[in-house]
Amino acid sequence: MLKHKNTLMVVAFSAAIFSCPFFLNAYWIDVINNVGMYAILALSLNFIVGYTGLFHMGHAAFFAVGAYTAAILNTSYSIPILLLLPVSGAAAALFAYLVARPIIHLRGDYLLIVTIAIVEVVRIALVNNVFGLTGGSNGIFGISRPEIFGFSIRRPHEFFYYIWSFLAVSVFLFHMLEKSRFVRALNYIKNDETAAEGSGVDVAYYKLIAFVLGAFWAGMVGNIFASKMTLISPQSFNFWESVILFVIVILGGSGSIRGVILGAFLIVGLPELFRQFAGARMLIFGAAMVAMMVFRPQGFLPPLPRKYPTHKIKPGDETL
Amino acid sequence: MEFFFEQLINGLAVGGIYALIALGYTMVYGVMRLINFAHGDLFTIGSYLGMTILASYAVAEYLGPFIGVLVLIMMVMILVGIIGVILERVAYRPVRQADRLSAVVSALGASIFFSNLVMLIWGPRFRVYPDDILPRITLNILGLDVPLLRILVLATSLMLMAILYFFVQKTKTGTAIRAVAIDHGASRLMGINVNRIISLVFLIGPSLGGAAGVMIGLYYGQVNFTMGWSYGLKAFIAAVLGGIGNIPGAMLGGLLLGVIEALGAAFISTAWKDGIAFIVLILILIFRPAGLLGERIADKV
Repeated sequence: MLKHKNTLMVVAFSAAIFSCPFFLNAYWIDVINNVGMYAILALSLNFIVGYTGLFHMGHAAFFAVGAYTAAILNTSYSIPILLLLPVSGAAAALFAYLVARPIIHLRGDYLLIVTIAIVEVVRIALVNNVFGLTGGSNGIFGISRPEIFGFSIRRPHEFFYYIWSFLAVSVFLFHMLEKSRFVRALNYIKNDETAAEGSGVDVAYYKLIAFVLGAFWAGMVGNIFASKMTLISPQSFNFWESVILFVIVILGGSGSIRGVILGAFLIVGLPELFRQFAGARMLIFGAAMVAMMVFRPQGFLPPLPRKYPTHKIKPGDETL
Repeated sequence: MEFFFEQLINGLAVGGIYALIALGYTMVYGVMRLINFAHGDLFTIGSYLGMTILASYAVAEYLGPFIGVLVLIMMVMILVGIIGVILERVAYRPVRQADRLSAVVSALGASIFFSNLVMLIWGPRFRVYPDDILPRITLNILGLDVPLLRILVLATSLMLMAILYFFVQKTKTGTAIRAVAIDHGASRLMGINVNRIISLVFLIGPSLGGAAGVMIGLYYGQVNFTMGWSYGLKAFIAAVLGGIGNIPGAMLGGLLLGVIEALGAAFISTAWKDGIAFIVLILILIFRPAGLLGERIADKV
């Protein structure tokens, strides 16, 4: 029964979202596009913060590496941007591996501050135009639009289908992964790192994989971002972006896919509704964040407890 | 060589201010295991309050420049301290039992709230501090030209740090603060009112931040509503550098960071000035994961 109800909810939500382009104007489609992009980014961060419980506030760094990889390869070697999608992901994943490797043993708040430091160093390196590739504070412009079978994606509602299909695929994959032995190990680390280590979970290895996977996904979103804006500059990847992603995950419900998507709507979409309040908007936003955490510290939609179909297990079955 | 020493003194003056802000982070972290992201914005509020009091009440005219500035700093310290206590009651006390990350988001929300409050009250542009308060004299010490302001800033921050150190190490209340930092439950059993101690820490930490805000205003001559982020982040790095939760560590980390930054900007690259702090932090944490003076604590099972 519950299973059917969940499927129904997902179908209803998808139908509502995918019918958006028929009755919203270009401005609101663009807002929904941003919500979608932040939702994918937050889902990738959810891997690190939500599942594994690592305090990571530098996700914009991986996003930046993906976007800049796509932009540089596209503008200098005119490789189609869509083909670069996995390349951006791989570059971000490699970068994540290299920076996370020496700091993975840091605990809690120390990891938090180091990840903040990483995102700031990346931004300053981009502004200072290291290796003469990143175009300094002006960034890189003239990035081409994605093309599928000769059809070029350029208008907001075309991007809408691109981004939200990507989100749908990500949700499907992450949902599948949630049941896996791998994510169960990550959850174990989140709940009790010492016990996990005692039970034979290679904590450092799993944490590193969580970082690499999250970064891979963030790098691919970076590619989409670059092709959507056709112009990227270091300002798009500052510490504040990382904070927004972090807040989306915690406010929505850390470790829960539905929660993270709802969080993206609340943090990225909702403020657009209150544009006329201009100045006071962010003031209320801050106060609402505090109120939210005071009254509902676990987030809007926390993950449902894991269910184990124990009645299906027969003696002698492989349970892992 | 003269250039080196000038930069060293400059770095020490800025480092003293960093240390004052870092003390707020480290004391709050010590008793609550919470990174108070709003601390940088309390520092900004202190800076703007100082500007307003200077402009409208002319304390410096009645009391003379030196006592006037001291009285000003004390007024700002009291006001910012009160804001800090209210902040703890409203935003942090209710989430004390919740997940650690919820408290972090609550702190981020408070930070957004305060920085936008400052923007709405004082406007989004840079504001200029009245610069005729302290005499612009340059002293000649051992052949070096040192502006008086630099020495005063350094002396004031060192004095505040000395008072704090004495208070925490030698008084009964200070002992209670140290006890609460180690174990809430055991302190309560010893008859310490933990809530009152936490409120006290939120009075002391932000008031030191407020004092730092006034000094930054006097030192650089201009303030902006977003400066809480950058100074807050630097000071937080200083606190982590020294070992977060450790009071002498914050003092050492602040002074060290100020000196490293000043020398790095002078001798390596100005464009990388802001990056140097972060790179030093990453390097130190790779080799000393608990900071310079922090102790490694083994996990209790």
